[in-house]
Amino acid sequence: MRVSRTTRRLTLAFTGLALAFLYAPILTNFVFSLNSDRFPTIPLGGFTLEWYRLILADALVIDAFKNTVKIALIVAPIATAMGFAAAYADYRFNFIGKRLVLVFALMPPLIPLVVIGLAMLAYLSRIGLSGTLPAIVVSHIVLTSPFAMAIIRLRFSQIDGDLEFAAQNLGASNWRAFWEIIIPSTKTSVLAAFLLCMAVSFDEYAVTWFVGGLEETSSVRILSFLQSAVSPRINAIGSITFATSISLILGAQFLVLRRLTKDAK
Amino acid sequence: MTSLLQARRLSKTAYSALWSLPLPVWLAGFFLGPMVLLIWLSFWDVKNFLLTPDFQLENWQKILTAGYFWSAYARTAVIAASASVLATLAALPCALAISFFLSPRARMVLLGLFVVPFFTSYLVRIYSWQIYLTENGIVMKLMAAIGIETGSLLNTPLALMVGLVTLTLPLVIVIQAISLLSLDRTLIDAAYNLGCGPRRVLFATVLPAARPGIVLGALFAFIFSFGDFVTATYLGGGKFTTLSILIADTVKSGQQWPRAAVVALMMIVTLLLTALASITYAYRRS
Repeated sequence: MRVSRTTRRLTLAFTGLALAFLYAPILTNFVFSLNSDRFPTIPLGGFTLEWYRLILADALVIDAFKNTVKIALIVAPIATAMGFAAAYADYRFNFIGKRLVLVFALMPPLIPLVVIGLAMLAYLSRIGLSGTLPAIVVSHIVLTSPFAMAIIRLRFSQIDGDLEFAAQNLGASNWRAFWEIIIPSTKTSVLAAFLLCMAVSFDEYAVTWFVGGLEETSSVRILSFLQSAVSPRINAIGSITFATSISLILGAQFLVLRRLTKDAK
Repeated sequence: MTSLLQARRLSKTAYSALWSLPLPVWLAGFFLGPMVLLIWLSFWDVKNFLLTPDFQLENWQKILTAGYFWSAYARTAVIAASASVLATLAALPCALAISFFLSPRARMVLLGLFVVPFFTSYLVRIYSWQIYLTENGIVMKLMAAIGIETGSLLNTPLALMVGLVTLTLPLVIVIQAISLLSLDRTLIDAAYNLGCGPRRVLFATVLPAARPGIVLGALFAFIFSFGDFVTATYLGGGKFTTLSILIADTVKSGQQWPRAAVVALMMIVTLLLTALASITYAYRRS
């Protein structure tokens, strides 16, 4: 668009401000996790690792972290596999009600988390699962698989649909064509989806809090800390959480972007 | 020969079913199932603190005639609508800059930077905003340094908006940018060639053509703000009881799940109607 230099500069400056606004809470969290004062404000006190030491000595926090990792490692492969299957089915086959299934599969992230939490709690306690780790796993798969499906479907839309049929015309079986054509061209996006599912599972607190009962993940532990009082210990757990999800998301983005630039060449 | 053909067809059906079914089946079992139960639950009874399957309208009657429900409903809607408008307005300059004023490479990097916060813990970011806005917090100290005295900004509508914009801004920017990027550029050139100034091009050409993206972005911001329950709790200090807080409190403090189910269903109906209206408006020809 042809606009004056001032307009261009103003909008770019505003964009910078928006980024600063979004990253400010993440940045201060890291800073205060290393700050010696009990009450987090400026001017800063001295440097300390005390808060990290405190949470690492807290059995509740350690257990919560163990649960979080366990859950994410079970959720991510299953959600990614199901998301992949749905994306591939949408790309490859035509069946009645396909659009409806697609809309339905993308719906979970759009329903308020408390509503899903309540519905899941009622449902899972009917089948005797509420208050267990499997209850959390089951709900996280519902919440993360739409993300996996979306990311992998995006990749499929860049693959030439005739390639697979060509392979079959040359005598390859369904599975052979799948193995030789679909797997190599989607594997990076599958890995990206895997990382994204882990990140979403890692940070989910609402539904987990509803269905988990006494089982806690690190996000639910943060929720309990928040309910009590301000403490730099929250900053320390928060920093670990941020570092984890930011690495996962950057990893996913790197994979997707590398794919895009490769295709552009 | 026919049996061979049949076997072939069967294996083809099996192959397609293997891929088509897992996710829909899982979602039918663990998403649709719970949602249907939620509807049924809203007609149940609570006897001696025990949930009893029933079919009675008392929960609906109680909630829909309760003053506290409607005031929470109005409050939630106003908060979500304000957050949606704010996020949409704040996102527009960013989306325009990303789509029109940057090289493709810088564009990808910037979009990536905006996506990252969306997938980080909102809970911890809320806590950080508490640190900024609280009594003697960073904002108060900075304001005092330049000679402006403020009280604690926590538990104010401003604090709520800061939280909700943090939550929704990345998503709105990405949706708007996608819609601006898919705009037909010849349209813009045509407008210039016909002698339109930049402002006219923006308001008469670019924004109307990007309407679907702008409306959808606002819709998403509304949906997420409407359903969120931690912002009002931790930045509103319990002063702003929203529908989500109503549900969380009811469920965590007792057995009145059927009444919570009524509130939950009212939320879903509201969101569905809002979505329907927005999508109709977004794609309406004008």
